[in-house]
Formats: sequence, structure tokens, C-alpha cells
Amino acid sequence: MEESNRRMLRARDAMDRAYAQPLDVPALARIAHVSPAHFARTFRATFGETPHRYLQRRRVERAMFLLRETDHSVTDICFQVGFGSPGTFSRTFRDIVGRSPRTYRKEAVATGVPTCFTMAWTRPSA
Amino acid sequence: MHMFTAITHSQIYVLDQNEALDFYVGKLGLEVNADVDMGFMRWLTVSVPGQPGRQILLERPGAPAMSEETAQQVRELVAKGVMGGHLIFSTDDCRKSYETLRDRGVEFTEEPTERPYGIDCGLRDPFGNHIRFTQLKAEEA
Repeated sequence: MEESNRRMLRARDAMDRAYAQPLDVPALARIAHVSPAHFARTFRATFGETPHRYLQRRRVERAMFLLRETDHSVTDICFQVGFGSPGTFSRTFRDIVGRSPRTYRKEAVATGVPTCFTMAWTRPSA
Repeated sequence: MHMFTAITHSQIYVLDQNEALDFYVGKLGLEVNADVDMGFMRWLTVSVPGQPGRQILLERPGAPAMSEETAQQVRELVAKGVMGGHLIFSTDDCRKSYETLRDRGVEFTEEPTERPYGIDCGLRDPFGNHIRFTQLKAEEA
């Protein structure tokens, strides 16, 4: 079990690194040493959510970071974090965060802790 | 008057102490402070070279400190990256250290990146613990 967990963690790290790229299930499955058909199931058993949902929350977390810390436009941020269209971005962001990207930006406060902790703790869970 | 004057020991779980030595000493370049077979456990600590005042205990989860069943749970959590084994080091040259460690086969999670506080990057030890090292901005160093 611990070897499987370690490999799934390696695959999840790869998603954290390449979150702006399309979800590459065959590549992630190779990292995790499972078949592409089993990847989503094993990932979910390990981390409690599907790879697709994990990636969506990671992208939204990175978008929240960019909304807080930069003055890039919402549309630029949408593409920077890997969403294919502003419509999908706004809908997903609102669904996960409960506010629009613009409202979030207005209300956000910058954080000052190392990025790994920001990434781990501000990836929205609901 | 403060009650405490320093942090001398911190602990992280490793799943194999020999493999941990290969990684923390052989690859990261830390030095061994203590490696003592106490019978009931192997007391193994490392530190940044020349800084024995702040040691990291590389502890193997297992009996009799905990039941074999609990140890198995701990091992699974370490491998999932959620046992909290975080270490953050400082470095004079983040990019150069990154290149050296990458050439030694270290598994990086993040390449050197400019942050408000300096340049840092992230990696994992062989077991799943998370490590960063930071080149702080000159005015903050």
C-alpha cells in the first residue's frame, strides 16, 4: 500500500507541476505504475477525489493566487492556469469558491507563507 | 527571560534509515550527528554541516514504539505525503543547488521560482516527505 501511495503522490505532484496542461492520464498512469483504466480509481481511493476534480481545484487555487498577487486580467489568468474558455473558468470558479473571480479579487488578502503551504491549504475543498 | 533558548531536535519519519542516509547525507549533503544502535531503536540524526545544534531525527515508525498496525498506517500516510514531514533549508544559490541535486537524481516537485521572499524550489525525499530550500532576498538574509 505504501508503495502505491508513494507512486500516486508522485503522479499528483506531476499534476501540481503541470496544472496548466491538459490532464494526461496515460502519462500520470505511467508515473503511478497503474493502467490508464485504473488510474482514476486508484487516485480516488488514495486521495478521496478523482484526478479531474483534484486538477480543477488546483487550477482554481492557482487562479486565486494570481488574482490575489498579480494584476493580470481575469481572462489571462483563466488561460494561464489551464482553463479552455473564460465561461468554463467563471462557472468552475464560482462553483468551487462560491464567488466570481472578480469578487474574490476585490475581497482577497495577500498571504505571506511559503508557497507549498499556500498551495496545500488554499486549494478549495468544497 | 525566555523559558527556551533554541530548537535542538526535530523529527521526521523515514521508512528506511539506510535509504534515508543515502538521501539526506549522500544526496542533500547533510552530515550525521549520531548513529547509535540503542537496541530498541536506531538513534539517527543529521544536520546542516557545521550546525550540530539543530538536529533532525530520522525515525523509523515501528514496534515497540507503536503497534505494527499503527506503524503500517504511519508508513502509508508518509507515502501519501500527509505525515507533516516538512523541512525548509536556506541556501546561498538556489538554482545551482537545484542543478546539483537534479543531477543526483533528486525528485523535484517545483523548479526554482522567484517569490516575494526570494528564490525557492521543492522536492520530496524518497518516502514522501516534503522539502524546500530558499535563497532569501539579500535584505532579509
